[in-house]
Amino acid sequence: MSAGSATFLEVGRMDELARLDSPVHRLDARAQVLTAMAFILVVMSFPRYEVSALMPLFVYPVAVIAAGNLPVGVLLRKLAVAAPFALFVGIFNPLLDRHGVTTVGSFPVTGGWLSFSSIMVRFVLTVSAALILIACTGIHRLCAGLERLGMPNVFAVQLLFLYRYFFVVGDEGLRMRRSVEIRSTDTRSLGFRVYGHLIGHLLIRAMDRAQRIYRAMLARGFNGEIRVLQQTQPGWREAAYVAGWTAFFLVVRVWNLAEWLGGRLAGSGS
Amino acid sequence: MSHHIVEVRDLAFAYPDGTEALKGVSFRVTHGECVAVIGGNGAGKSTLLQHLNGYLMPQHGDVRVGDFSLTPETATMVRRSVGMVFQDPDDQLFMPTVIEDVAFGPLHSGLSAREVEERATSALERVGMAHLRARPPYKLSAGEKRAVAIATVLSGEPDVLVMDEPSSNLDPRGRRRLMDLLRSFEHTRIIATHDLEMVVEICPRVIVLDAGRVMADGPAGEILGDESLMLRHGLEKPHSLRHHHPH
Repeated sequence: MSAGSATFLEVGRMDELARLDSPVHRLDARAQVLTAMAFILVVMSFPRYEVSALMPLFVYPVAVIAAGNLPVGVLLRKLAVAAPFALFVGIFNPLLDRHGVTTVGSFPVTGGWLSFSSIMVRFVLTVSAALILIACTGIHRLCAGLERLGMPNVFAVQLLFLYRYFFVVGDEGLRMRRSVEIRSTDTRSLGFRVYGHLIGHLLIRAMDRAQRIYRAMLARGFNGEIRVLQQTQPGWREAAYVAGWTAFFLVVRVWNLAEWLGGRLAGSGS
Repeated sequence: MSHHIVEVRDLAFAYPDGTEALKGVSFRVTHGECVAVIGGNGAGKSTLLQHLNGYLMPQHGDVRVGDFSLTPETATMVRRSVGMVFQDPDDQLFMPTVIEDVAFGPLHSGLSAREVEERATSALERVGMAHLRARPPYKLSAGEKRAVAIATVLSGEPDVLVMDEPSSNLDPRGRRRLMDLLRSFEHTRIIATHDLEMVVEICPRVIVLDAGRVMADGPAGEILGDESLMLRHGLEKPHSLRHHHPH
């Protein structure tokens, strides 16, 4: 029965990663939140046709993954799960925006393809930053950190419950699918009516379970406040972490390091 | 110490759909008693238990836990002194690790980090699960989950333990360990169960519920041994109390 809960989107994997011990994991959650937010803001602030200038930003996820001992495979799989959304956002750009803006070698590149690439690069950067953030803090520390940064308690608790109940619902859904599969061996498709019933039923069951979990939380004194066991206080390490990364992001934002580096290499080569 | 006493007086409760789950239930459980609440499905056991930690409020009658009469204002105090172990440990264990789950109660009662840690550790030791502290709860076996669920409640240092079907889904060894554990507690214990053999072994007193009313309340041997009473209320005389035939 717990096999389902363990496999569903590898529920536990992110929680497990969050329990690793590394210099990054030991940082106060607030420092990590601020850095990730600065990173995402900088990524989003680039013009739409920008691709090359974004490249140096990969240093951030790569460095944190390395310092945090995070398994790349797990993160890549999660990235792949979210990829279709970004693909859909960008897929029409090459069709709609067909004027050439630049050339790679002698091959003309249209604005559409350029903005599409830019969207995909940004997607990889921002989503991996978010995944890394969760993998290095865990949802509880993260929500508590957000709250201490001034996010209204209601939102922090909502976020926490969204995360918890997402898996609860997924789990119920898996169990229902299994029972449907067991009893529908000879029919290929079940039809909309059956699926309608299933979804309605899933909603009710998930709500029931959510109710029971909430009751269990109430029974143990939950009063809407998120508390975490390992309270950390931000110190100079946190300050240095945030300041260092933010400075790097700004440098990357202002100067196109990739182009500069390319120019230097080309210059020294000739 | 008066706060280990649970007193229910003429408690009645009907669900919004009109189902009368409790129709005037009264009993009094005193310090250190271990009482089984038995009865068929739909007898009102769960509804009764939900009143004991203030999840449902009495519509009629009164629930007293220690010095408090249960009202929305006192619910927090009542919950602090009544530890509730749910039927499905998966509902009870919602944190990413065992230790965080066990620490949840003390953490939310505003203790210092050191006290929380101490309480959580000693609760885990009490149920023999200290080695599981860093594990995620959903990966434990049913028996381990049950023990950890009990620890999550013990860490709040309650005066009264209320348990819903604590022996369900356990293998014989897990059930045996659970019974030894329950027997070793000094808390006032109220246990709703269908496991009558367990009742024979650990509960000196039994309350029989049927159709929302208390049908019998007294020494376990007397009530469980009364075959006609048991059958009338959808129950059965436990095998261990039957006449032993020489084979």
